[in-house]
Formats: sequence, C-alpha cells, structure tokens
Amino acid sequence: MNRLLLLTAMVCLLGTTIAADAEQRLVHSERSLYREVLVYETGDVRCMCFTRNCRVGRQSCIDTRHPDRIVMNYPKMMLGALFVNPRPQSVLIVGLGGGTLPRALRQLLPDARIDVVEIDPAVERVASRYFGFEASDRTHVIESDGRVYVKRALRGTQRYDLIMLDAFDHEYIPEHLLTQEFLQEVKSLLAPNGVLAANTFSSSGLYEHESVTYEKVFEKFFNLKRENRVIVTRLGPLPDREQLQAVSQQFVAAFNKYGFDAAELLPLFTTERDWNPNARVLTDQYSPANLLNLEH
Amino acid sequence: MVQTWLAYVIAGWSGFFVMAVELLGGRLLAPTFGSSIYVWGAIITIFMLALSLGYLAGGRYSMMTPSVRRLGTILIIAAMTVVPLLLFAEPMLDAMSLAVPDPRFGSLLSAFTLFFVPTFFSGMVSPYAVRLLVQDRNSSGRHAGQLYFVSTFGSAAGTLLTSFYLVLLLEVNQILLGLLLISVAIGTCAWFVRAPRSEIS
Repeated sequence: MNRLLLLTAMVCLLGTTIAADAEQRLVHSERSLYREVLVYETGDVRCMCFTRNCRVGRQSCIDTRHPDRIVMNYPKMMLGALFVNPRPQSVLIVGLGGGTLPRALRQLLPDARIDVVEIDPAVERVASRYFGFEASDRTHVIESDGRVYVKRALRGTQRYDLIMLDAFDHEYIPEHLLTQEFLQEVKSLLAPNGVLAANTFSSSGLYEHESVTYEKVFEKFFNLKRENRVIVTRLGPLPDREQLQAVSQQFVAAFNKYGFDAAELLPLFTTERDWNPNARVLTDQYSPANLLNLEH
Repeated sequence: MVQTWLAYVIAGWSGFFVMAVELLGGRLLAPTFGSSIYVWGAIITIFMLALSLGYLAGGRYSMMTPSVRRLGTILIIAAMTVVPLLLFAEPMLDAMSLAVPDPRFGSLLSAFTLFFVPTFFSGMVSPYAVRLLVQDRNSSGRHAGQLYFVSTFGSAAGTLLTSFYLVLLLEVNQILLGLLLISVAIGTCAWFVRAPRSEIS
C-alpha cells in the first residue's frame, strides 16, 4: 500500500515536472552586445526575458490573444502617471522592453510625440517582431544609453511633459541611472509641470537609498507599491486625492480595454514615508546599487 | 635587505593601485558615456597600452643609476598624476563627449586623457624593481617570477577590494585620495632607505 502511494506520488511529481517544462516554450532567442534576448511562451502569454528559463523576472509580457491586455502589474502603475497629467504632448521613455508602455501611450495620446531610448537594438527588433511594437514618425526609438541621451537632450530645446524611467531589472541595474545627479538631469529635462514615473525596487537594501535619493531631488512623490514600486512625481505641488480621482475618470474605458480598473490604482497613490530618512543618498561618487540590491 | 623588501612592497602596491584606478575609471566614465562593454573596452585598452609603454620606459630608466629611492619617486609621480582626475574629471569628460559624440571613441579619448599618464608611470615600476632585485643571472628568473607574483597578486587584491567593498563604503574620490596617500607614504619610505654600495656602482 505504502509502496503504491509512493509510486503514485512519484508519477505525479514526474508528471508535473514534465508539464512545467512543456508549459514554457522558447520561441526566439538572440544574442546582442549586452545580453541574450529570449522570448518564451506560456499558453497565450508571451514574455521577453534576459535570462534562460526566465529565472529572474520577466521584462515584458503580452497576451497573444488579447494584445491590448496589459499582463504585468508595473506598466499599469506607470500609466497611473496620467492621473497627474492626462494630456502630455511629449513623452520620453527610457528603456523599451517589449514596448508595452509606448504601445499603450500611442493609443491613449494619438497626437503626442513619444521618444523611446533603448540601448540595445536587439530589444527593439524583438519588441517589433514579437510584441507588436511599432516605431513611426511620432514614436521614435533612439539607440543610446539613457543617461547619455538625457545629457545630450539637455543641450537642445526639447523638454518633456512626461518622462518614464524603466531601465532596470531585478538582476542588474545600470548604476549611473540611479544617482542624484541623474535625477537632477531628468528633472531639468521636464517641461513646466512635467511628470516623472519611475519603475524601481520595492524590496532589497536598495529601497531606502533610492527613496532618499528621489526625495532629495523631488522632495515629495507618490510611492505606488505592489511587487514593484513605481514612483510618480512632478514639478510643482502634487495633486490631492480628489483631483486624482477626477482625472482617473477619463481613463476608465481605456484602462478597461487594457484589462484593469483605473480605480484600483487610486489607493496606491500615497506619499507616506516608509523608509529610513537617514539612508545614504546615491550619487555619481557613491552608487553601489547592485551591491545594495544584494542585501535584503 | 630593507631595499629588497621595499621593492616588493612598491611593486605589489602599484599593482593594487592600477586595478583600483581602472575600476574607478569605469565609474567616472559611466555618467558621460554609459557602462557598455565598449566603455570598458576603451578603459582596458588604454590601461594595457599605457602599461606596455611604461614597461619599456621603466626598463630603460633602470639602466641609469637605479635605486630604490628612484623607484619610490616613480610611485609618487604615478600617484600625483591622479590629482587632475580628482579635480577636473567631470568638466573634462563633458568637454570630450562634446568633442567626440560617438560613445566608443569618446570614451577611448577620455580614458586616454584621464588614465594614460598615471598608468604609464605605474607600468615603469615592475621592470625597474626587477633591476633592483636581480643579483645574478642564475636567480634572475626566480626574482622576476616573485615580482610578477607580488605585482599581479596586488592587482587581484585591488580589484576585489575595490569592487566588492570600497565602493560600498566610500565615494570614488575618497578612494582615489586614499590610494594616492598610500602611494605617497610608501614612496616616501623609499627615500629613507640607504642605498647599498652595489647599487651605487
């Protein structure tokens, strides 16, 4: 009897491992100067990953049957930035990934100029081929390091109503994109009343350092937290809850199409400080972000 | 005896110094040029080039009345040529990225301007130290081997300590200043060593 149980258990176990393997299918992989860009499919969900078997973190996902649905949580929170300014005329996105954000923003803001800075041309190729991203005369992709682009843009006249920072993953952080000096440069690149949304870290030793660094440059910000943390702030005073709620009404229908409820984002808009205010600020002189990210 | 010991210490420290500066160099260039593989490629290229020419120069220089004092002076010069980095790295990098917008050649030019001179002088240390250590042909290989060991071991230590720990504790310029002061301290010690007669001849 016992033996039979054991045997059944083993068969089940074997069955599930096989099923798990069969579940995730490698669709495409290509090597670039920076990494290996992989595309996996699990059922209808297709994801871009930078590590084999997607061990740590998916970069970006799309529902192949319902391409408009936003699969991951953090792009939804990033779109919450529109509650602070619903009609940005010009948008800068640092980090393309699968292109979820530029795709959604293109639909939401048909007239806006959208500039996307992506360091890795392979990511753009894969985003276009597998994730429905399309560059156009109103959606430019600039192949550059994010910081190099921001510094260069500051010498020109273009300023942005909305800047989105989405250049990190769990595994590796470009340390020069997390410092006080960089955020100061980004702040200078914002148009009057410009909004910043940044996808950042919700756990690890980095959280406190990152929080005080944003605080140093922007003073106050909304701290939207789920498994990721999205920081939303703007030049000038932040709107209050009523204002946010009023503006969010404009997006109910659109966000429904993306598979989520605009109202679900509202409670996340908090300015409460839940970090140690004495943590060390990250600067160009002191930016061991990857080492700090190892600490938990 | 003290002289032999100091020659090893200087070579070992110089190895530490070079790799620490190289890693911090990546830090200094990142805000202006990013931290892509080609930025690292530019930095490593310049360090290798400067070291190789430094070896040549150090070997030549060792033929003119070599002494541990002079070895210490080379170490001090290498350290002092880091001072411009401490003071002007940022404006220099900004100017160079304007002059050469391509991030590959921009970072190559920047690495050259900022790091070539200190690394060149650091490269002079090892062959010069070999000259001080070798007594006869028989043991020359052994001495050279020991010197390579000390110098490369110092490089390994400088790489590990800087990238694992120092950047977590200190600012880039504080680390550079610390390296500089240690070099000056060791180099100054060399000034108080009386040269044995064999070296004077």
